[in-house]
Amino acid sequence: MVTLKQIRNSVLIALWMMILTFPIMVIKVNTIENIVIWRWMNLLYIGVGTVILSIFWFFLINRRKLEPEERKRSFALKGKIETLKGVLAKPVVQKPLYAALLVIIIIFPFVSSLYQTGIMITALMYVILGLGLNIVVGLGGLLHLGYAAFYAVGAYTYALLHRYLGLSFWVCLPIGALSAMLLGILVGLPVLRLRGDYLAIVTLAFGEIVRILLENLSQYTGGPAGISGIPRPSFFGIKMSLSTAMNYTYFLTFALVLFTIFVVRRLEHSRLGRSWVAMREDEVASEAMGIDITRAKLSSFALGALWAGLAGVFFSAKTTFVNPASFTLWESVIILCVVVLGGIGSIKGVVLGAIVIILLPEYLRAFSQYRMLFFGLILVMMMIFRPGGFIPAKRRVYTFDKAQLEESD
Amino acid sequence: MDLDYFFQLFLGGMTRGSIYALIALGYTMVYGIIKLINFAHGEIYMIGAFTALIIVGALGMTGLNPVLIFLIAGVIAVLTSAGYGVTIERIAYKPLRNAPRLSALISAIGMSLFLQNYVLLAQTSNFLPFPTLIPEFKFLANAGGIISSTQIIILATTALVMVVLTLLIKFTRIGKAMRATSQDRQMAQLVGIGINKVIAFTFVIGSFTAALGGVLICSHIGQINFYIGFIAGIKAFVAAVLGGIGSIPGAVLGSFVLGLTESFGTGYISSDYEDVFAFLFLVLILTIRPSGILGREKKAKV
Amino acid sequence: MAAILDASQVTMDFGGLRAVNNADVHIDQGEIVALIGPNGAGKTTFFNVITGVYKPTTGDVRITAPGKETESITGLKPNKITEKGLARTFQNIRLFQNMTVLENVMIGRHCRMKAGIAGAVFRDRKTREEEEQVVADSYAILKKIGLETFVNELAKNLPYGAQRRLEIARAMATEPFLLLLDEPAAGMNPHETRELDEMILKIRATEKISILLIEHDMSLVMSISDRIYVMDYGLLIAEGQPKEVRANPAVIKAYLGEEFNA
Ligand SMILES: Nc1ncnc2c1ncn2[C@@H]1O[C@H](COP(=O)(O)OP(=O)(O)OP(=O)(O)O)[C@@H](O)[C@H]1O
Ligand SMILES: [Mg+2]
Repeated sequence: MVTLKQIRNSVLIALWMMILTFPIMVIKVNTIENIVIWRWMNLLYIGVGTVILSIFWFFLINRRKLEPEERKRSFALKGKIETLKGVLAKPVVQKPLYAALLVIIIIFPFVSSLYQTGIMITALMYVILGLGLNIVVGLGGLLHLGYAAFYAVGAYTYALLHRYLGLSFWVCLPIGALSAMLLGILVGLPVLRLRGDYLAIVTLAFGEIVRILLENLSQYTGGPAGISGIPRPSFFGIKMSLSTAMNYTYFLTFALVLFTIFVVRRLEHSRLGRSWVAMREDEVASEAMGIDITRAKLSSFALGALWAGLAGVFFSAKTTFVNPASFTLWESVIILCVVVLGGIGSIKGVVLGAIVIILLPEYLRAFSQYRMLFFGLILVMMMIFRPGGFIPAKRRVYTFDKAQLEESD
Repeated sequence: MDLDYFFQLFLGGMTRGSIYALIALGYTMVYGIIKLINFAHGEIYMIGAFTALIIVGALGMTGLNPVLIFLIAGVIAVLTSAGYGVTIERIAYKPLRNAPRLSALISAIGMSLFLQNYVLLAQTSNFLPFPTLIPEFKFLANAGGIISSTQIIILATTALVMVVLTLLIKFTRIGKAMRATSQDRQMAQLVGIGINKVIAFTFVIGSFTAALGGVLICSHIGQINFYIGFIAGIKAFVAAVLGGIGSIPGAVLGSFVLGLTESFGTGYISSDYEDVFAFLFLVLILTIRPSGILGREKKAKV
Repeated sequence: MAAILDASQVTMDFGGLRAVNNADVHIDQGEIVALIGPNGAGKTTFFNVITGVYKPTTGDVRITAPGKETESITGLKPNKITEKGLARTFQNIRLFQNMTVLENVMIGRHCRMKAGIAGAVFRDRKTREEEEQVVADSYAILKKIGLETFVNELAKNLPYGAQRRLEIARAMATEPFLLLLDEPAAGMNPHETRELDEMILKIRATEKISILLIEHDMSLVMSISDRIYVMDYGLLIAEGQPKEVRANPAVIKAYLGEEFNA
């Protein structure tokens, strides 16, 4: 599976890496106290590590080159996975499976600690964010690197309206969502005519502008320290204990997830959703087919913002505190990764992506130092070896019954 | 208006612009050739700075002449970074050359994340001071602190790099191959240009200049950490886009415009909004000229 | 009756290059007109100007849709022009690769549909009916073009000839009165070309669609066109019925170069 030549190459690569990483890996200086430490063992680690990694890499590369058929044969396990997938796709199996999943989700907060519930709420929030951004990036094909800004608008709308006007969660939810959307339209109008990469950098710039403004308009926003004491969602004014309040937030977030999936699914296979996908596939052709590109872009951008706004209000309510540090560029990047790793344009994929990206690092606390390192590596490897994401998007299959077939004769 | 202050801001802006230009060159050349926003490019700059710091630290004990130490550190840093540049291209971008643009971009983001954390784990998350190695020039004694010798070196080095690079691209074989590749990769391949070599060379040059920027800036600002590449990278990218990405003169112009905007913006308005000026300016320019200042609006062939 | 398409003195410059030079083209109801010329003559550019991809440097394009007033479409956006009843195919196939064959055609129906965001989310009866109708219509079009076996296949997985035909199906879905085909036979084998020939004639006969066609396959051009325009270096150098054009010395010269006369 890996040729001898590739193994030899791996050794050469390892040597190269040892030289390349020498200064940073081996020498450690502290220019404050003028100490220099030489860590020769690191050289060995790099060498061995690189050999192993690059053999693994070659293995994957060889596999990628195989035709799908051969790949199936070469891999007994893979074949079994395929059969499993086939079984899972059957409605008889799927319905109970979804039911079981639902039961687990409902029971979860009652059997887990407050901390666990908190993490799960976070994961659910990223599902919402991922699905929202999926409208823009996955369906519309617009490279958006400033999504966190709209998330921030939602979060701060609730925080500020509560602080100055004492408005409640339920009043702020629609206001937050709408203001994010409005901002989306305002920003979108001038910038959406830019080409892909220019759009990426302008959205990035916009995201940073919003964050810096939040940081510096401290007389209103509390500056870097942010705003605290934001109430959790209320339930007809009933007083709740902390754990009840958390559970309540959990279920609300879950409800929003369901609502989001419902709406996105409907949008996806509507006239509007198809026009987004067409625009993603080929702008010139879709314009020639009668699609108003400006409208398609603006609507996907605005709807994406709307969901970010919703998620933002939930975020404030969950953490009871907001500050600009939650809305950095990395936040936008992580949401983008949720979409891309999960599967661009695929709802199931995005849901899985959010859960993996948020939960995995949480439960790998032991490696917490290394998690961002691996995260970066995984992003690269996913793009190369599984570009469609965990669950690649599928197009809808239309069935035609006999009557229809004859009728159109 | 205080003229001294004005000049100070002006020169500060030019210095900033020089560093941006050194980084932006890499962005713009890579973009020109493989149409990729190399998100990890800022990290190369950071690695350049860090490597220089490490070598300086290691040689500090030897009692060599500080200027010599600085030169040795600079050379090693720049060469190492060029090595990182090509290696990254090989691992993270080459396999994605025919993939959708978004895939390559995500890969670049992953690379950036990886490199930041690599330096963070192998070294430290703290800011490390960079020792002063370049002595103040005597003749600056009565310049009233408007400009420092490091600034002069930065400006001079940048100017030199620009000239050399222009000559390289205009007159050498590889330079012509680069231009051909950026115009039409397939066609270049058909007429027998070794694309892989050209791309690798582009990454070498780009990383080289970025690392040079890194080395220079840490001797100017005096402290660095693993995170400096990120914001500098973004700014330089903004500069490249501002000028019209893919265009080398554009990148230089954009960098100086950006450097000056920031310098005057912070100097005369408020230092809290340093980054806002840069980004607002970008949005403004692109709204008026969607392809940047020097970028030519091309009608896509249908 | 006015010509359904009347392009007068259309000029298109790209920097210093005059790709189309003062072209006058008109098409009458029910005609099949061919636009031929050597590579780089400016034919595709002319299409791009008519369909709104480029705005002409000078000149005016007017249309008269059946039963409507004459109006200028110069400078309108491509989607507006499509709405008014001009539809095209592309020389370099531009299908929506990752959408199914049926969806590609459904996109063509887009401009004849009404549903908006609310319709999509609430899926009221009107929207549902519209969707069903569109699916049925699109299927019917695929059947006419002979692509119904591929309905749920991704466009990118189709054989080349089928992709070309899908482009035509997609364009027809917009309900045009004038169909602009840019080298529809390119890359097809002789058998496929013959089928295409019949298909174009059938489209005109049954759908009452007029056709403007760019094509290098002379046997196809000569057999189906009513009239032919010949373009060379952006200039129209000849116009007439196939047999006139075939005999025109200027045309022969443009195609075969100077040495032909020697
Ligand atoms: N967007 C553009 N920018 C610059 N020049 C262009 C553009 N589009 C076309 N051209 C030039 O205009 C001229 C005419 O091109 P066009 O594609 O219209 O030719 P054509 O007649 O369709 O040729 P072919 O038979 O090869 O398709 C060519 O020289 C081409 O290079
Ligand atoms: Mg053409």
